[in-house]
Amino acid sequence: MRAVAGRRGAWFFAGFAVVALLIAGLLSYVADSDPDGLDSVTQQGCTETGGELRGSCPAQHAEDHVLANSPLADYAVGGDDAFTGIAGVLGVLATLVVAGGLFWVLRRRGTRAGRDDP
Amino acid sequence: MTTVAMHASDGLLDAPTSVLFGAVAVAGLAVAVAGSRRDLDDRTAPLAGLVAAFVFAVQMINFPVLPGVSGHLLGGALAAILVGPWVGALCVSVVLVLQALLFADGGLTALGANITNMALLGTAAGFGVAMLLRRLATRSRAGLVGVAFAAALVNTVVAACGFVLEYAIGGQGAVSLGGFAAALVGVHVLIGIGEGVITALTVGAVAGARPDLVYLLRRRAPLREVTS
Repeated sequence: MRAVAGRRGAWFFAGFAVVALLIAGLLSYVADSDPDGLDSVTQQGCTETGGELRGSCPAQHAEDHVLANSPLADYAVGGDDAFTGIAGVLGVLATLVVAGGLFWVLRRRGTRAGRDDP
Repeated sequence: MTTVAMHASDGLLDAPTSVLFGAVAVAGLAVAVAGSRRDLDDRTAPLAGLVAAFVFAVQMINFPVLPGVSGHLLGGALAAILVGPWVGALCVSVVLVLQALLFADGGLTALGANITNMALLGTAAGFGVAMLLRRLATRSRAGLVGVAFAAALVNTVVAACGFVLEYAIGGQGAVSLGGFAAALVGVHVLIGIGEGVITALTVGAVAGARPDLVYLLRRRAPLREVTS
């Protein structure tokens, strides 16, 4: 029973990871590039002409990101949107490492060990 | 240059408000870390890491909600249903921190507000709804999927309300708060429907493969299993 759960567990975890990688690596290319809900509402009252906001709206107070020139900024690689999928895959892996590492450190040791099967 | 920035940028909130919600976020995360220790073991820790990675991936997928307006998953309810509210809040927080640091998405001074809204408030509200409707969720697969949808919808709307609160306290720019609140909450009801669909599909798929891993279904089960 445990052994079966262990094998199924491995397949399940691998499948989950593959789905996340496919979404970030491929589906990301068809994501809608329009401003999201928060951005569009903070831009209400302004019209955008030539990349500049005219009128009066909260978005005019938004500052450029301090790290806007970092290599993966805006889910691109070196500013090139053609590599969004690569940026996405790197993000999934980074999240997996950071979150997985954090949770592994925080976990209760030696309880419900799912790997006590031979 | 237009960016597909997904979260609040720097500058929308004044400095005291940013500091205030930075403190709220730190306090909330400390509570979440303490609470999550109970829920993490050798089996759930890897799942939780995957859930965080999945939330990161799905947050990249903006979907259209109105002409010229998009939305994307926030993920708090999704994570909380699968791995519990404490770990769920940490999942979304890790995603937000990495997005701000690696992808220049979401301002650094706005990080506290973004964590407060999406990782703390949204997750708490979504999980609250899921717990209220838990009987329905445990009864049938359809019930679980419906509960996941409702929890995710509420999660999105409450996260938007969090930003309205922050904007009311220290928002920059002269706009009528009522109009701003109505527009922001209104558009997040639409985004919440998308969030609900994605959450329902994901929770349904996980429950189909491994119902034993769904936190909402095994709560009050052997939570206090003492092994030595």
